[in-house]
Parts: sequence; C-alpha cells; structure tokens
Amino acid sequence: MALMRVTSPHAHGPMSTPRVMLNVLLATVPGLIVMTYFFGFGVLVNVAWACIVAVACEAAALRLRRRPIGFYLRDCSALVTATLLAVALPPYAPWWLIAVGIACAILLAKHLYGGLGYNPFNPAMAGYVILLISFPVQMTAWAPPRGLGQTPGLLEALQACFWPSGYDGVTMATPLDLMKQNTSELVSELYAQTPQFGRWAGLGWEWVNIAFLAGGAWLLYQRIFTWHAPLAMLASLSLMAAIFYDGGSSVSGGSPLFHLLSGATMFGAFFIVTDPVTSAVSVRGRVIYGAMIGVLIYVIRVRGNYPDAVAFAVLIMNFAAPFIDNYTQPRTYGHQASKGGD
Amino acid sequence: MRKIFDFHGGIHPPENKEQSLHCAIRDAGIPPVLVLPLSQHIGAPASPVVAVGERVLKGQMIAAAPGFVSVPLHAPSSGTVTAIEDRLIAHPSGLPARCIVIETDGRDEWAELRGAPDYAELDSQDLLAMIRQAGIAGMGGAGFPTAVKLATGPDRAVETLVINGTECEPYITADDILMRERPGRIIEGVKILQHLLQPGETLIGIEDNKPEAIAALSTAAAGSDIEIVKFPTKYPSGGEKQLIEILTGKQVPAGGLPLDVGVICQNVGTAVAIQDAVLFGRPLISRITTVTGAAVDKPGNFEVLLGTLMSYLLSQAGYHPESNNRLIMGGPMMGFTVPDANVPIVKTTNCLLSPDETELPAPPPAQACIRCGMCEQVCPASLLPQQMFWFAQGKEFEKLEQHNLFDCIECGACSWACPSNIPLVQYYRASKAEILQLRAEHTRAEQSRLRFEARQERIEREAAARAEKRAARKKAAEQRAQAAAIGGDGDEDPIQAAIDRAKAKKAAQQAGSARQPDKREQLEKAVLTTRKRLETAEAKLQQARDDGSDLADALQMCVDKTRVKLSAAEQALNDYLQAGPPAEANTHDGLDPAAAAIARAKAARAEDATTSPTDKARKQLESLEQRLQKTRDRLSESRSSGDEEKIIEALEATVVRLEEKISASREALTTAGEA
Repeated sequence: MALMRVTSPHAHGPMSTPRVMLNVLLATVPGLIVMTYFFGFGVLVNVAWACIVAVACEAAALRLRRRPIGFYLRDCSALVTATLLAVALPPYAPWWLIAVGIACAILLAKHLYGGLGYNPFNPAMAGYVILLISFPVQMTAWAPPRGLGQTPGLLEALQACFWPSGYDGVTMATPLDLMKQNTSELVSELYAQTPQFGRWAGLGWEWVNIAFLAGGAWLLYQRIFTWHAPLAMLASLSLMAAIFYDGGSSVSGGSPLFHLLSGATMFGAFFIVTDPVTSAVSVRGRVIYGAMIGVLIYVIRVRGNYPDAVAFAVLIMNFAAPFIDNYTQPRTYGHQASKGGD
Repeated sequence: MRKIFDFHGGIHPPENKEQSLHCAIRDAGIPPVLVLPLSQHIGAPASPVVAVGERVLKGQMIAAAPGFVSVPLHAPSSGTVTAIEDRLIAHPSGLPARCIVIETDGRDEWAELRGAPDYAELDSQDLLAMIRQAGIAGMGGAGFPTAVKLATGPDRAVETLVINGTECEPYITADDILMRERPGRIIEGVKILQHLLQPGETLIGIEDNKPEAIAALSTAAAGSDIEIVKFPTKYPSGGEKQLIEILTGKQVPAGGLPLDVGVICQNVGTAVAIQDAVLFGRPLISRITTVTGAAVDKPGNFEVLLGTLMSYLLSQAGYHPESNNRLIMGGPMMGFTVPDANVPIVKTTNCLLSPDETELPAPPPAQACIRCGMCEQVCPASLLPQQMFWFAQGKEFEKLEQHNLFDCIECGACSWACPSNIPLVQYYRASKAEILQLRAEHTRAEQSRLRFEARQERIEREAAARAEKRAARKKAAEQRAQAAAIGGDGDEDPIQAAIDRAKAKKAAQQAGSARQPDKREQLEKAVLTTRKRLETAEAKLQQARDDGSDLADALQMCVDKTRVKLSAAEQALNDYLQAGPPAEANTHDGLDPAAAAIARAKAARAEDATTSPTDKARKQLESLEQRLQKTRDRLSESRSSGDEEKIIEALEATVVRLEEKISASREALTTAGEA
C-alpha cells in the first residue's frame, strides 16, 4: 500500500457536528415532554411538521446550490432549526404558518447567506420574527395550559394543523401578556387573582422553563457549549428585573423569578443564545453577548409592544456579534494584553 | 508541595502508550548501511569532512558545523563512506537532501574518545564546546542545537532549569522508558547542566501518567537539589512554553525565549546525551526511538543508531507494510508522514508510528465550521482558531497576524477537537508560509525601491553637475567674448584652438621620436622588475616548502610564470638593441593629426546635417521590415518542419509585434512628413 502523505494532526477527537446537533435535539426532549403535557399534542405536531418542511427546504436549497445533498443533510442542522422554531410557535398553529416560518428560516436566513456556518442571524429566530410581524394574530394565540382548559388530543391537533378552518381552538393570554397589560393591581394581587400565574411564574410555563433548563444543563455537561453566554443572559435578566421590580407595585415589571421562568427565557438561554454560529466567539465576547441579550429581553418585555422578546433580543445581538468579536480578542499566550479593534 | 499552574486549553486524546511499554529497550543493532543527513538539526547543515571511500571509526566526526547555529555529525559505527549524495530523508517537504552514506563493517570500532569525568574543573566555554562537538541537538523533536540554547551569556541568570520529561504526545514512550531504565544517567546529565548554568532551582517535569518514571527518577535524584514535579496529564503540556507555564506560572513573551523569564528547558534525552558527551566524550550517534502502531507486531522502544533506515528498524518490530496506511515520524498530533520507509532515523526521531486504517483512518471530508468554539477552548496559545480559519480561507493576512497567527504552536489540538473535521492546522501552516513569502517579497520590493530612488538621485545629481558645468562654460565664453569686445588679446575661436592643439601634439611627437633611449629604458626597466619579482617569488616558494604549506604548488606555478615573463622581457630588449632605433615613420601613421582631427569633425557635422528625423525613421522602418521578413521565413520553416507548438507560437507573437511596430513607425513617418 502506498504511504499516505497527510499533515498533522493524524488523530481526531470523538466530537462531530452531527453529534453536536443530535445532542441539542436530545436536550429539547424534556422541554417537549413538559410542553406536550401542558399544551397537548399540538406541540409535537408542530415539531414533526416543521422537521419535514425543513428537510425538504434544506434539500431543495442544496440542490439549487449544487451541493451534495446527503452529505449536508447528515449534519442535522435543519432538524435543529426546525425543532427550535416549532417549540417557539404556538401549538395548534396552521400548517402554512409553520411552513412559511421554516421556509424563511432555512431559505432566507440560512442558505441565502451561504448555508450552515455562514448565517449571521439565528435562522429559527429570524423565521419566528418574520411570522410574528406578518401574522400577529396566529402567532399570539396560545392554548390554555392543562388545568385551565381543555387540552386537545392528537386528532384535534392534526386537524388544527392541517385543516385549520375546521378547528375551533381556545386561546388564553399568557402570564407575560397579563403582566404587561396590568396597570392597576399590585403584583401580589395579580398572582392571587389570576390562576395563569401558577406558583412562581405561570401555570405550565414555569415547568416548561425548568425542563429546558434541565436540557441545557445536560448540554453544558456534555461540553456542547460553555456556560458564559447563557449564564450571563440569565444573570443580566435577573438583575434588570431586580432593579426594576419596584416592590411589586402595579407598574412593576415582575420579579426576577417571574422573568427567569416565564415565556422562552430558559429555552432562549440554552438553545438560542448558545447557537455558536451567530454568537460572539471569545469567552469575554460571549459574556457580553449573553448579558446584552438579557438586558434587551427585559427592556422589550416590559417596555416594548410584544409580550416576549427573546427573538428580537437575539437578532439585535446577532448584529452586534462581529463587533463584539472585534473588541474581545483574548490575550494570546505570551502577549501583554488583549488586542481590541483594528 | 510545589504549586502547579495550569495553561489554557489542552485536550485528552487516548494515550496509547501501553503498547510500547511491555518490554525493555531493545538494541536495534548495526544495519548494513547508515544514511546520515547533514541537516538533522535547526540551523546550517553540517559540511562533510570525510571523502568517499574513506574508512571511518565509530564516533569519528564526519561532518563539521560550519556556523554557530549548527552541530557536527559523527559516524554511528565503523565502516566505509560509500557516497555523499542526495537521498530521500524524513522531512515534511518530502524532498531529498544531502547525506553521508556509510557501509558498516560490523566491527563497530570506536574512535579515540576523550571524556572529562572531572567536568567540574572545566569552565563553561569548554563544557559548551564539548556539548557542541558531540553534535547534540534537542532530542525532544525540534532539534535545536543544544550548545546554542545553553550559551546564556554572562549577564543572564538562569532562575529555573526545567528538564522536560513530559512526553505528552500519544503513543510515544521513548522518554518514559529512558526515565524508567536510565534515571542515573539523566540525573548525571542534569548535574552537568546545573554546573554549567548555576540555576536557582532545577525541576524535572513529568505528567502523572508515568508513575514508574517518576519513582525511578525520584530515587536517582535523592539527596540532590533536583526536584521531580508531577502534574496532571494533558496535551500539549510537553510544549516548552506550556511546561514553563505549568511549572513556574510564567509565560514566555511572544517572540522571546524562555531565558527572558529566567528559564532554560532541556529534554531528558538531551540530558543523557550531554552526560555521554561530557563524561565519556561519546558523541550523539544513537537514540531511543519508539516503534508502535497497529501495523507492527512487537511495538517497543529501540536503541537505534542514527542513520538506520526506518524499514530496518520497523522489520525488527514485526512490520506489516501492507496494512500500514501512513508512516508517521513523531506522534499522531504533531508528527509528519514520511514518503517511504527507506528514510533514515535522525537525531529527532523519537517515534515511528505505523498505524493501520482502523487505528488512524483517512481524514473524512471537512464540514462547515459552525463556530462552536471547541477549538478555542482547547487552544493552548489562547488563540481564536475559528476566526483564524475564517480569515485564512479569505486570505485576510493582516487579520490573521492581528489574531497572532504566528503564536500558533501547531499542536493540533484545534483540529483534533473540531467536530467538522476541518484541518485547521493545515490552514494555519499554509497561511504562515504565504505570509512569510509575502514578507520576503515586500522586503525585496522595498530594496528595489531604495535602489531605484538612489539611481534617480544619482541621475539628478549628475544632471545638476552637468548643468552647472554648462553654466560655467557659458559664463567663461561670455567673459571671453567680453574680453574680445573690449579689444583685449582674447582667445581665438575653438576651431583654431583645436588646430593649434593638434599641431602642438605633432611637434611633441616629432620631438619624442628623436629621443631613442625612451623605449630602451622601458624595456630595461621591464627586465629589471620582472627579475625582482622572480626573486621574491622564489624566496616565498622556499619558505612555503620549508613550512610544508599547501600553497607551495601555487607558488611554484607563479615562479614558473614569472620566469617565462622574464625571458620574454629579456628577448624583447635584446631584439630592440639589435634592431637599432626604429625609423621615424614608424612612430605615427604618416597622417598629419591636425588634418585628421579637422576631417573627422567635418565629417561628423556633415552627417548630422544630412540625417533628418524622417530619414532616421525611414531607416528604422526598413530594418523592421527586414526583420519581419526574416521572422516570417522562419515561421513558415518551423511550420513545415513541424516544430514544437511553443516555438511556432513564439514566432507568431513576434510577427504580430513586428507588424504593430511597423505600422506605428509608418504612422510616425507620415506624421513627420505632414509636419
């Protein structure tokens, strides 16, 4: 056998990009189970349909770009984008809403920029924001959590998705909506009067957040990402909430615990903020990136027009990531201090 | 307990060291042929001091160090030099290099060795000379001349002497087994280094995956001030910079040397080589090499003579070339593949890794970089590999340098960790090479710019000088004209002056030709000086012969030549005297020089007047047309005789060019005519 001429290193570690992606998918399982428990099968139907559309879009884009389809599909990045966007969409959303969102995410936010690794914006969040701006009614129609209303079954979920005109679902304001709309009552009164708030931050929502936190912790343990960005985000969000808690008055934005366990906080912290492609690269950069997202989430949640703010905050910071990178180059071995800027 | 520091990053690849640790160091024996590359170290290649056909003894110097950053080379066994030629060697480039080839005679006869067991009485310069003469270059893998590294200079205090027994790279166990089996020799070598450097402290750094080595060295070092420091296993803790940080917490400044932070680092193998050189006068002629990998049946460590072909060594370990997919010199992280198993073992060959396809499979195609940052987390230099990859792809060299590309130690941790199988190190290596090339080009361009500027300046200076002269002449002429106008004697016009000068010259010549002895004097003088030169040359030759100098032959030649010259001079003088004074007519060509000068001047003026620019252009056009015709002839000839495509193409291009020139020339002519 002729001897191979290759350059070092000759050995390779066990990690691979498909494994990274599959780990992320696996880590969404606890969150998906809890969401399904509280909101019904609509969650799973969302995910399944989104995955099918995503793979189709990915394959079509690769074909148009004349890339090997099988090779690139195997990196599983389309499935991750689909799952993350599907989780963020309201359950029992119509099929076309999901399809439009996924198509925007995969085709516009990902492949138009050059495919995996080249996209400046988180594809799932870009797709989500496009939908939220285009179809605000469908996008804010959340089903009531188990305990506050009827939880639809699998058939109803399929019907809601694929034959939306024949489906008449019930929707209910989320705790974040209620907190934003509240102008007259103390936070403690709000909690006492409204069953949606549950124990800490919202019936169902608090457990969904805890489940995503668990999945994120597992990813952290697997060293899929570092703690810097998610923890910075959670810390800055808590800090903002603590500073502006206002003793729980009628204009209060809600307690730190409320913000930590509401809406997409944990999902965002561990599954969106940690998207490596669109975040800052250095350790210091990721701390700044995460912390700024936390601040923006609070500001938009409390002062903005939309109830939740993870997607907007992430997209804004996606813009800033290259800038942050430029000023947060780490100190190289043997150098005096880190260099910043050009 | 000493405080252990950590360095950024690092990885934990499978160690794969146990395979080669089952048996003790084996002697690889004397191969029939030894191939010794002249360059086995960093620096100038050694220059051979033996000739083909010469018999050499074991340990005899066969190539000397031509400069400071270089080391000599010694015969690893006795035998005959059969060739000094280019051979394939183990080098990343895969290019052949000059080697001395020795056919061994199996007698393994030692040259006379002169050790210094009482080295404590030697001064540091003598010790360094011994280490240098023994041909020792860093045995850890880099091969930097050890004596150069140890020559610290009088004003540089060494706070810490670090002995590197880390051996962090997977598979390699050469240092491990050396520490287990020969701890006493290591400690002896370290003591010599201590004597040489007088360090504040001496540390031997070993990873905690080598408990036997630690135990053996601790026993051997008992009672001395040498401290054995154990630290957690992590690749690449054996890198010099990383080891220094682990042991001292200090970082070697970028672009600097360990000595800048008061540290000198030497490998354990180098310490043994120093011990051999100083105590016994034994030069570096063998080393311990690990032979391992799935394609050998009996992996282990071998004491092997330098210059032994890898194929010879591999066969002793039960090599299966058919299952070996790549042969690596060094380890799986930083080693390089060799083109052929018939390349020699050199001073830096710490390991031969011969894996099969399942052990180290061919690299899979790279996927897209997802900027996951795993590379950044493992980088021991705290670089941003993912950003550098991005810039390397776009050839953004400034950005790469700003991201400290040149601080990359090419340890391979980033490539190892990359989930997308991107060969990051390869990108960095290529970029470094390109940047270095660009820098060299830039330097060249800068030099030629300076040359050009100097030339411009000179031209301007000369033009200014000319202008000044012209002005001076003009002024003088004006003054003369003024003087003439005033009615003074004045000067006559230039033509008259030239005539006068020529006349004067003629008169002088006539006068000179009357003085016969002039020529005779010359000839006599020539004879005398040549004789004198011959005498000095003969004296020098005698001197050289007495001294037995190499110059004798050259001087002999010189004497012979001078003798010939002398006899020629004598002959010339003789002829002259016999022939008597030559006829007057012979001294000049018979023409009146004044008349000739006038005629020349007149002819030139006439020609200048007749050749108008139009004529000149016409002449040029004619010659161009002639050239075109010739080229066309040649072209048709080439075509018919079926010459090479290249030649025909070149001729065609010439025809086109000439045609262009002709049309331009015609146009110029027409314009000139119209004007």
